[in-house]
Order: sequence, then structure tokens, then C-alpha cells
Amino acid sequence: MAVTSKAVPATVSATAAAGDKPPNKYRQALPQYTAVAPFFILFAIFGAFPVLFSIWISFHSWDGIGQMKWVGLEQYHYLLTDATFWKTIGNTLIIWVLSTVPMLLLALVIANALHNATRLRTFYRIAYFIPNVTSVVAITLVFGSIFSNNFGLLNAFLQSIGLGQIEWLTQPWGIKIAIATIVTWRWVGYNAIIYLAGLQAISQDVYEAAKVDGASTRQTFWRITVPMMRPVILFTAVTSTIGGLQIFTESRVLFGDTSNIGGPGDAGLTIVSYLYQSAFIKNQFGYGAAVGWALFILIVLFSIINWRLIGGNDDERVTRRAARRVERKIAAQNAKREAADVH
Amino acid sequence: MSIERLRTAVGHIVLMFGVLVSIFPFYWMLVMASNTTPDIFSYPPKLLVGSHLFENMGKVLDNINFFGSMLLTLVASLGVTVLVLFFDSLAAFAFAKYDFPGRNVLFAILLATFMIPTQLSLVPQFVTLAEFGWIGSLKALIIPGAANAFGIFWMRQYARGAIPDELISAAKVDGAGFFRQYLTVGLPVLRPGLAFLGIFTFINVWNDYLWPLIVMTDPNRLTLQVALDQLNGIYGTDYSMVMAGALMSVIPLIGVFLIGARSFIADLAAGAMKF
Repeated sequence: MAVTSKAVPATVSATAAAGDKPPNKYRQALPQYTAVAPFFILFAIFGAFPVLFSIWISFHSWDGIGQMKWVGLEQYHYLLTDATFWKTIGNTLIIWVLSTVPMLLLALVIANALHNATRLRTFYRIAYFIPNVTSVVAITLVFGSIFSNNFGLLNAFLQSIGLGQIEWLTQPWGIKIAIATIVTWRWVGYNAIIYLAGLQAISQDVYEAAKVDGASTRQTFWRITVPMMRPVILFTAVTSTIGGLQIFTESRVLFGDTSNIGGPGDAGLTIVSYLYQSAFIKNQFGYGAAVGWALFILIVLFSIINWRLIGGNDDERVTRRAARRVERKIAAQNAKREAADVH
Repeated sequence: MSIERLRTAVGHIVLMFGVLVSIFPFYWMLVMASNTTPDIFSYPPKLLVGSHLFENMGKVLDNINFFGSMLLTLVASLGVTVLVLFFDSLAAFAFAKYDFPGRNVLFAILLATFMIPTQLSLVPQFVTLAEFGWIGSLKALIIPGAANAFGIFWMRQYARGAIPDELISAAKVDGAGFFRQYLTVGLPVLRPGLAFLGIFTFINVWNDYLWPLIVMTDPNRLTLQVALDQLNGIYGTDYSMVMAGALMSVIPLIGVFLIGARSFIADLAAGAMKF
């Protein structure tokens, strides 16, 4: 789809209507400028300025109230040697893998089943989508009780089949599995709906042609479905990565205690949790800002890795086109998050 | 033929199992909210809906200002939604249907703003709002989100295809100015697009947690999500009451979603394919 601004056809010209000598084309476009102004004004105040300001803050030691003290690159230097920071990166990546891999695989299976189902389609779609529109806080509380060490449903079940109990919310792995389960539950349906749209967009003619050529089901899947789905898969991979690196609410609500928001041994402390903890619990604003920049760099890095892994393989031009498409998709996803964070 | 049938049956079994997994946490929420806490902690656990639902809901109302939080959340969600719908559709209308100097540059800037992750500027945003004296006030929840790039981009895509140029030309001949054209030609045609963006925005604001957690510092003025988290933090041992609170916070949202679910999901999927 043409979304670059160049491709916009000059439809109704605001200047052309004025006759031979337009007095001032800028003044004439005043209504249009007024129409687009609110976004740019709000962005300048709550978007652009804070980003620049966050660089400035990250060069300081500041508790948010008193004097800012210039420390240069000290915060970043400390960041690189901070064992807790590296631990949060490890935690976040483990949770990300534990949630994204099953999530996307299950989404593919469900999308395929949905694609073949002729009945109950609307019912299925709504049922699969409901987890995604549900409040994360409420659902985390439910999962928290299901995974609860002593009286949780899961342990009751494990005990009833003779497997004994697992201290889900105490063990480092148990904590990560619990968080990953919540993420997976919330996003499988969403991704399945996206995959389904991708499957439906593949022209039946292609499949017909393959059939005529005598292609087997397996060949059709690997030679047609997967390559045609690549942009969609890339989209879901990139958005899940960005979302995964920003996990916060699940672990914050699971361990409601403000003195220890990452749970026992900080095993559930994510990068954003650490940012929140540094800035808003410990009042280390400078360090919080530095963690924010580290997160930004990580997101960019992982997005590039994703493009290379899934977007590559073809000749450069195709890759580049896919990359551009994905850039826009990330943008949209970021914007969704932006909308979600009321920014 | 029968193999085909078997495959369909297996497909439905897989899908139904998935539906059960999707729905189960809600059922479990209801089970816990309608039993007493000792019941929940017994072994084997109660698996069926009990009879203490209203009792537990009453306890929620005693312990937190639930309706106050709900009202606050509702005002914030509706406020953001109305402003987003107006500002985004107005900007989208201008971007999609008019040629004005600098349009392409402005739109490119708008697209570029997508790339900035929100957490990056969490700290300075808080500082900025503190400087304005907005911390703890509804303004902090509504104003920063009153217009967003995603909505404008999405509505522009929609407006380009949906609004015929002839209608705008006709309105111009009738002497209508830009804003009149927006009201009489733009808005009516954009209505389905607005429905999607509206539900999307409302749900996101209603569910948001991190931002209100940071900016709503007055314990008497918390959004529903933060109040619910607080309820859990303080009375975490009373599971059934916390779950009753969770249930009460989820119901209005599911209601809003179900009203427009069908076209909402279709629009979302179509939107993802459009990029």
C-alpha cells in the first residue's frame, strides 16, 4: 500500500481555487494548518521536548525535587556495571522467549483452524479476542491466584494427579513462566486474527495453480503459504518483540509490594520495572532516564535482528521493501502503545 | 469426503479448546468472587460459582472508593476518546483531501514520531507535568493523549478511500468553508472509521496502568486499574473480595467491546494488512 506521502494524489487543491494571483498560499491554507495543529502542539510538549529533556536528565544526578547535579556519563557508566540492570535484561529476554515462541506458534495453529472453519466464525473471533481487551491488572490477579504457591488452582491440580506442588511465585523459573503465561494468554488471539487476515489475503488462484502443477500439501505450505505470510509473520514478530521488551504491568501487579516489585530475588524484575523502580520509587530520575535510553537501544537492536532473520533470505530489494513495510508496522504498534499509555 | 469431515471436526475441537482457555480465567474470576476466601483456600478447591458474590462486591465498595474510581476512569476514557476522535479525524481529513504547502513534510514528521517508544520519555514527561502542576489531576490523564499519530494515520488511510472528491467540490461550490466541509462531508462518511478508533481508544485508556500509576498520586483519585492494584496490595489476603473488584472492573469494558466486536475485529485485521 502506498502510504508514503509522495504517493498522495493532489486531490482538492486549497490554493488552486483562488484564481490567477493567490495572495498568500500559506494564509489560504490556514484552516488546514489549524486542523493538523493540535497533534503537533501536543507532540512538541509531551513528545519531542521530553525526549530531548531525557538526554539532559540522564547526564545528571537528580531526585526530582532538589538541585540537578551534572555527572556527565556517570549514569551510563554505572548502568553498564550494574548487575541488577543486566539481570533485568536477562529476565526480560527469558520472559520474552517463553511468551513469544508459544504465542506465535499457537496463533498460527489457531489461524489455520479458523481459516478452514466455515461455521461459528464470528463467535470464535470474538472469543479469541476477548483476552486482549481485558484489563491486565484484573487478569494478572486471576493468574496470580491460579499460580499461587499453596492454594493455587494449578498446584491443586498438580497435587491431585500426584505430581506435588511447585512454588511458582517463589522460584526464578516459576515466576518467569507465570508472567509469560499471562502474556501468551492475552496475545495469542490477537496474533491469530492478524495471521488469519494474512491467510485470507493469499489469492486462491495461487493455490489453484499449485494444485494444477501437482504440488503436495506440504509443498504448498512451505512454498506458498509461508513465503506469502512472511510480511505478516515479521509484523507479529517485531511487534511482539517491542511489546515483550516493555513488559511491566504483569510483574508489577503479580508482586504488589512496592519494596520488592520484581518478586523474590528480583526474578520477575523487567527493564521497564527497573526504570519505574529507579525513577519513581527510589527517586533516581537521572538513572531512570538512562535506563530509558538503554531500553530504546535494545528495541532498535532487536528490531534489526528480526528484519534480518525473517525479512532476509530474498534479494536485497525485496528485503528492503519488507523492512520499509515493517517500519510502518512498528510505527503503528508503537502508536498503539502510545495511545495505550495516554501520551 | 469423510476425511474432509474429520478434519473439520478436529479443527473445531482445537478451536473449542482454545475458546475454553480464553474464557476460563473469567469463569475462575467469577468462581473466586462468588465464594468466600476460606472456600477458595480449601482443598480440593471449589470449582463452581458460589452464593457470596454480592457480599464480596459490598466489601469492595466498603474498602475502596470504587464508583469514584470508575467515574474518574470513565471521564478520562470518554474525554480522551472524544478529543482523539475530533482532533484525529479533523487532521486526517486535512491530510487526506487537501493539498497545502508543507503537507508532505508534516505528514512525514507525523510518521517519524511513531518510532519513539513511550517509556523513553516517562521520566521527563512526569517532570513536565509536575512543572505544569497537573500531577494528580484529570488533565494529566486526558490532555497528553488528546491527539495521536496512530489515529491520524489510520483515519487518513480511511478518509482517502471513503470520501469522494466530488462531494468536497460540491460543498465548495455551495460556499462551505473547510470546517463546514469537514462537518457536512467528512464526518458522516468517516463514521465507521470513527467507531473503530473510538472503541480502540476507550479500551486502551480504560486499561492503562503505568501512566495513571505515575501521575495520579492522590490516593482518593485513582483510576480503576490502580485502585484495583491497591485493593490487592492492602487486602491481598481477602482473595474473594479482590476478585469481586476485578470482576466489577472488567464487566463494563467487555460490554463496550461486545457492542462493536464484530466490525472492530474486522477493522483491526484490515488495518494490520493495510500497512
